[in-house]
Parts: sequence; C-alpha cells; structure tokens
Amino acid sequence: MSADVKAGHAIGVAMKRKEDPRFVQGKGHYVDDFSFPGMLFMALVRSPYPHATIKSIDISAAMKVPGVKAVITGKDLEAAGLGWLPTFHGLDKQMVLAIGKVLFQYQEVAAVFAESREAAADGAEQVQVDYDPLPVVADPFASKTDTVLLRPDREQKTNHIYHWEVGDRDRTDQTLAKSAKRVKQRIWFQRCHPAPLEPCGCVAFFDTMGRLQFYVTSQAPHVYRTALSLVTGIPEDRIHVISPDIGGGFGNKVPVYPGYVCAVVGALKLGHPVKWIETRTENLTSTGFARDYHMDVELGATADGKLTAVKVATTADHGAFDCAADPTKYPAGMFGICTGSYDVPVAHAEVDAYFTNKAPGGIAYRCSFRVTEASYAIERTMDVLADELGIDAVELRRKNFVKKEQFPYASALGFTYDSGDYEKTLQKALDTIGYQALLKEQQEKRARGELMGIGFSTFTEVVGAGPSKHFDILGIKMFDSAEIRIHPTGAGIVRAGTKSQGQGHETTWAQIVAEELGLDPQQIMVEEGDTDTAPYGLGTYASRSTPVAGAAIAMAARRIREKARKIAAHLLEVGEADVEWVDYRFQVKGVPAKTVTMKEVAFAAYTNMAQNEPGLEATFYYDPPNMTFPNGTYVAVVDVDRETGEVKVRRFLAVDDCGTIINPMIVEGQVHGGLTEGFAIAFMQEIQYDADGNNLNTNFTDYLVPTAQEAPHWETAQTVTPSPHHPIGAKGVGESPNVGSPAAFVNAVVDALSPLGVRHLEMPVTREKVWRAIREAEAGKGKAART
Amino acid sequence: MKVTITVNGTPYTRDVEPRTLLAYFLREHCGLTGTHVGCDTSSCGCCVAVLDGQTAVKTCTMFAVQADGHEILTVEGLAAGGALHPIQQAFSDQHGLHCGYCTPGMMLTTVALLKHTPAPTEAQIREGLAGNLCRCTGYNNIVKAVQQAADVLRQPAAATK
Ligand code: FES
Ligand code: FES
Repeated sequence: MSADVKAGHAIGVAMKRKEDPRFVQGKGHYVDDFSFPGMLFMALVRSPYPHATIKSIDISAAMKVPGVKAVITGKDLEAAGLGWLPTFHGLDKQMVLAIGKVLFQYQEVAAVFAESREAAADGAEQVQVDYDPLPVVADPFASKTDTVLLRPDREQKTNHIYHWEVGDRDRTDQTLAKSAKRVKQRIWFQRCHPAPLEPCGCVAFFDTMGRLQFYVTSQAPHVYRTALSLVTGIPEDRIHVISPDIGGGFGNKVPVYPGYVCAVVGALKLGHPVKWIETRTENLTSTGFARDYHMDVELGATADGKLTAVKVATTADHGAFDCAADPTKYPAGMFGICTGSYDVPVAHAEVDAYFTNKAPGGIAYRCSFRVTEASYAIERTMDVLADELGIDAVELRRKNFVKKEQFPYASALGFTYDSGDYEKTLQKALDTIGYQALLKEQQEKRARGELMGIGFSTFTEVVGAGPSKHFDILGIKMFDSAEIRIHPTGAGIVRAGTKSQGQGHETTWAQIVAEELGLDPQQIMVEEGDTDTAPYGLGTYASRSTPVAGAAIAMAARRIREKARKIAAHLLEVGEADVEWVDYRFQVKGVPAKTVTMKEVAFAAYTNMAQNEPGLEATFYYDPPNMTFPNGTYVAVVDVDRETGEVKVRRFLAVDDCGTIINPMIVEGQVHGGLTEGFAIAFMQEIQYDADGNNLNTNFTDYLVPTAQEAPHWETAQTVTPSPHHPIGAKGVGESPNVGSPAAFVNAVVDALSPLGVRHLEMPVTREKVWRAIREAEAGKGKAART
Repeated sequence: MKVTITVNGTPYTRDVEPRTLLAYFLREHCGLTGTHVGCDTSSCGCCVAVLDGQTAVKTCTMFAVQADGHEILTVEGLAAGGALHPIQQAFSDQHGLHCGYCTPGMMLTTVALLKHTPAPTEAQIREGLAGNLCRCTGYNNIVKAVQQAADVLRQPAAATK
C-alpha cells in the first residue's frame, strides 16, 4: 500500500507546517475577524491618574453620542455582584471596573457600548469622571513602608502581598560566612511586556438558546470557561469558549481581563453580540506585564571557584493587583531554579511581593513562571564571580556543572532535574563558535583599546507544569489531555486542551500521532481551542504543551494501538500475544511477511472488528510525573563602539538540548523567535514609570521591539538528551531561548567593558547606558582599570 | 462619502465616513480580513497592502477616501489560478511565519520590495522590512523566504507574476 510507505517515521522530520496554507493566504481567523449581526463595539474609559479617588462619574453626555447604547461603571457591576475578578493565582482579586478609586494609570473605569467602533470611542471620550488624586507609590521599596496603604479592600492592611521562600536560610548564611570568596550583586530584571502583534480581544453573545458564545484570544480556553462560570454564575455547560487563531501570545493571553467580563455583561444586558478589541496602548498599559524583580544575588565559592552556596532575595513589584497566573502553591513560580546548571550544596531563595500604583500582572512572558528571572540572576552573577576570582567564565561554569552521571539530580531548592549533559552542550558551543580563535581576537583588540566581548549563558530551565501533587491553577490540577479518533480510511482527528499561538501544534501533534500509529501526518487533523469539542486542558504557556499535552497525545495514540492490536490479531488470524508492532505496522511474531497496517486495521475497526468494540478512538489525561529540564549553552559575541556606546551583536550561537525533537524546523524557528525576544529584553524593551506613576512606554514608538534591522542573525545547534520520564523524551523548547539569552547578551557587553572595570549593567542595555558606563570609567569614577 | 476602490481586481463601491481608515475599509466594508491591525501608531506593518502595483502602504495611515479610484493588492489577491504566489510559497517553505499575524503585511511589503529591488542583499532585505514587526520568527527565516522568492521571481518563467 503505497500511501503507507511514507506513513510513520514522522518524529524528527522537518515537515512543512499544515497551518501555513491558511495563514499565507490571509485565511486565518483571528478574533477581530469574527462579526455577527447586530454586533456592538465596546470601548473602555481609562484612568489618567495612577492613584485617585473617584468622586463621580457622569455618563449623560456619553449617552447622547449617536450610536451609543449603554455605559456601565464599577458601581453597576458591584450591584450585580460582578465588581471583582479572582486572579488565576488565587492570592488576589482584581477590580473589573474601578470601584471607589483607581490604582493605576489606564485602569478600566467604565465600558461604553455602541453601534460602531468609532461611536464607542467617541462615547468613551464623553464619560466625565471627577477624580481626586491620591499620593502615588511608584516603587516597591517605597511600598514596603506602608506609608500609603494601597489596597484597603483587603483584610491584611499592608502593601505586602506575600512572602515565599525555599531552601535552608541558616545553613546558606553560615556557608556564605565561611566561604573563601563571596560576591553579591543587585540585579533588576526590568518590567517588560510580551506585546504579541495581535492585541487581546473578544466577541461575546448569547445564542438563541441563551448560551454564551465567547470568542477570545485565550491561551487557556477551558480555564477561561471555568473562570467565567465562577465569576458570572453562568453554569459551565452554558458557556462555549472558542479560541480561534491567535496572533502570538507569549503569556499575555493567559489571564482573564476586565474587558472580557464587561463584554459578557454588555452582551447579556443589551441582547446583542459585543466585540472588544484592545488598542496597542491598552495592551501595553493594562494587560499582563512581566518580570519587575529586584534581586539581591549572593554566591559563595572556594578560592578555586567551586560554588559553596547561592542566596537570592527578591523584591517583586506586582502593580495594583497580583495578577500573576502562577500555580497556587508557587506565588513566585519556579524561581527555585535559580541554582541553575550548577551543583550547589546549599541555597536559599525568597521573594517578597508588593503592590504599587502600576499596571497589574506578573505573567510568565515566554517563560515557565519566573524561570527567566531566576536564570538571569544566576547566569549574570556567575560572571561577576568569575571576574572576582580572575578566572575564565567558561571554566567557572564547567567546574560547577551538575555532571551527566549525577542525573536525576536533586537540587538544593527542591527540584529533581531529569536529564542533561551540560559538558557536552558547552563543548559543542565552544567548538562551533571557535572560542579559542575568538579569545585570541579579543586579546589583540584589547591591546589596541578596542572593546570586544564574549558572553556565555549555560542555563537550565524547568518547564512542563506539572505533576498534580504540586501544581494547580484555581484548584484545577495542571494535567493536559488529548482525544484521538481514527476514521475508517486511516485519516484522523486529534483534539487537545492546548492552544497554539504560532507554535505549530497542527503539525507537531499530527507528527506524534503519525509516529505512534504509522499513519500519514497529512491526514491527521488537529483541533484546539474549542471547549465544546476538546477534552479539558490547562492550555499553552510555560512551555508545557509538548511536555504535557504532547505526552497525552502519545499516550492516547498508544491506547489506540492497544485496541488496534486486538483487531490486527483477528485480521492476522493469530492470538493477540502473537502480534507485535514492528516498523510502524503489526506483524505476526517472527513472520515478517505476515503484516497488517494501521490503515487496514482502521478500516476493519468499522467493518470487520469481530468481537471487539467498534471504532478506533481514545482519550488520555496526562498527569506528568515530573517537570522537564531543557538546557543549553548560548554564546554572544559583541563589539562595542567606545565613542558612541553602540553595541553590535556580531554573532550569536544557541546550542539547545530540549530532548527529543519532533520537528527540527519548528524547533529552530522557536529558538530564533525566543532569541529575538531575549535580545529585545536585553537591549530595548522596558515598561518604565516615572516617579509620579505615569507609564512612559504606551505604544510601539516608545516600547521598542526589534525589527529585522536590529535583530541579529542567529546560529543554532542541538544536543539531544531525552527526558527519561516523557513518553517520547521531549522536553519543550519555546521558552529556552528567551530564558537563556538575556544573560548571554549582557555578559558579553560587560565582558567587553571589563577592561574598564565595569562589572554589571542593568537591562535594557541601551546605548546611553553603555556610553555613560564608558565615560564614567574613563573619568576614573569606575573601578580602576585592570590590566 | 462614496468611494470606489479596486481591490485585487474587483471594484468595491461603498459609503464610508471620512475618518474610515483604509485598513477598516478592507476588513469591514470589503470583508477582506487578511489585512491585520496591530498598533495605533503606524509602527507594526500588519496592515500593509500594495497601492497601484508599486508602493507598499500602511493602510492604517490612509483614509479610504484617499484611496478612491486607486488599486489595492491585499493578501487575498496574491495566489492566482489555485497556485500560491512565489512569495507565499517561500514564506511557507522557509518557515517564515509562526502565528501568521504579521505575515500578510510582510509578504505585501516583499511584493513592493522585490519590484524595486529584484536581487536584494540580506542588508537590503532587512532594511526593506524594517517597517514590519514580527514578534514570533526572529526574522532569520523571513529573510530566507524573501531570498527564495527573489530567486524564483527572477527566473524568466515567473516574470509574468
Ligand atoms: S496597524 Fe500597525 S502599522 Fe498599520
Ligand atoms: S509570525 Fe507572529 S508576528 Fe510574525
């Protein structure tokens, strides 16, 4: 059967993406592409003040604007019991529309519903709000003093949100005290925003049966359904969430935002479909920001550079509400990965989070919950330690790596690293980039006074949340699921609880099924994002799709194979025990000539199943036994212009070990994309607030993201150490490049400036910061130059 | 105001408000939703279309009334006779897209770029695409896609495209 010749052998193949024909022809369906008869548009009135009492809201002028149908305020919602929204993380709640006061600039104050986009915007301008400004707390260190209490609505009368810690504080302190070398570095991972190109939005309506149809840019459609039911009281069977094509997510589209609740309320109240699409400014100023961690990192080491202890104390700025989407037990996410790739005997990490008058969030921006902050902390500080010890940063890393034979490795902060071969990955990077030649070139350049830097990051991240004994969101365990149906002709459909936002699930999920069942991946359709059809899943973020849903798909396929084996036995006229799965088909044990393909079995499952149950389908809910630990070595080579401070990233090599690779083309693409975001964070992206709480980066002219001109050319390579506990050995990759690369960039720039005595620069490393660092060093304000 | 704009060869006559942007004319008046909107400051390039076969324009910076009497090419007009345009084929072949949101704008910018610079260097491609943001791909593969498309389009058989 010729069609089966190419069936199977699907994992590891750079198969072209099945979603591309749709996208390149403009036939994708993003949320703003949906329109329904009688649809109204919603616009939000937002606060110009970061902190102010609302004295009054007058909607009369707005109601007179032609086309405006209704305006709702926080008071209306409060009266209906919809004033507050629980945040995913369960520690806090968020105002839907401001009640009594506003807590950040651009906070949602009123919602205007109108017949057109323009009328809604006109109406929003006419809503008169009388504010009485209050003192602003724009910095978490000022927040600590509780001089101004920001959230009197809470039982705890303090701005302190939570304290979280892991590890052994006393032993860490004692070990640090007696360590021969000790370095301490304050590092700020700046506030930034994922800014996917498609902003967030939704269309809500109640169908003729009174059922809520909710189209939304959601990375986690099932969780939205449950959250909407909990917030609105609408029974969950009366809610249908559809997450159509999504124009990038990167964590921005995980939380439920106030605008969504307002749109649902408007649809209910007005009996019309309501569309709300946020503007870019609304996206950058009010939805999920990321990072904003002030970290004090301390490393202890022996005189020859063996790490003795790691300690990190963090002050986190969560803004006005704690809207982190972290698992319940992990308010600071997976920050405990801050011992990195190193064998550290004792460690302690703690995070204290505070409210400020800034936009709420703390989302995982292309990151498995605070892993990026943790990775940056250790990788940046390792360079500070190398500098202090006067040894090569690569040697310091090598000396401290968790060794291949130590896996599974129990880290001092409680993780069990599944697998890795850090030494091999590092060596591959050194060989590929030509490290010795670069060192020689650098030496020559330094002799001429030129500034060239080589920066490394040998990171380990933790993804694939997660095992049900530890991980849940709003109480729902972080499993994921898949349902596979194989049709009589051997084609099939996979439905999963995940939701691609560009990661190519339509292709990779089909590849997994094809590999497991010996079928043609071109004839395996993948459907996600529809809560009526897909089994319950926790969604796509935190690099969890392949580790969790990918595993569910493989396991569901294996269930199908077990059923198929019975039918194969019938077709081959032998007992089930005499059938084996060899080379993507069933075979009578020891008789290679007697085989039957899955395609033949599929047909028989509907036509000639003997005493077996008809049909060929299976569902699997996968509860991962452990997290996965992707890792890599990244190398950045930069040249710094001494006069202008301009940094040129001349080369960048990423060697990733993400375990088994399903589609090398997609993996490489994910790495390119993540590196570009890491580059952006290292050099460009920052959401800044001035001391008065004004947001200074409200659109793409101020919030700088790289274009093709700024983005470096990327070089990639791989090592493969499969995850021992994942059914196909895959670990996940979407986030590694974003987690691992910022440190490599900054380490390279600091390395370039190290002859001037520079030891640290805060991100984003702008030309101005570099220029100032050089000028200060030359003026002798920096440390005396070393030779 | 009444305008007639020829989009992908089909004239569309519609009554529009003077403030209607060309992007929304295409999306909401013509139902051609392949043209996307990603910003409010003409920074992202998701909305790029080709005006009169020559110039890449950000349709969010132009009012529909300004395009009255002109010809516009959008992503829906690229494929012809059931075959993908060489630029579409190249973006797919080279994995030049992930989420696809920037892709129509990228490809239409490429149409105009290759019209004026049929054999661009990597630097020229990167410069030519500097008005189009992509948050997913990191641009490496977009550059390769444009190179592939340029090679194909320079072959004599493709000259009529
Ligand atoms: S929508 Fe961003 S440039 Fe037109
Ligand atoms: S492919 Fe997603 S923005 Fe370019």
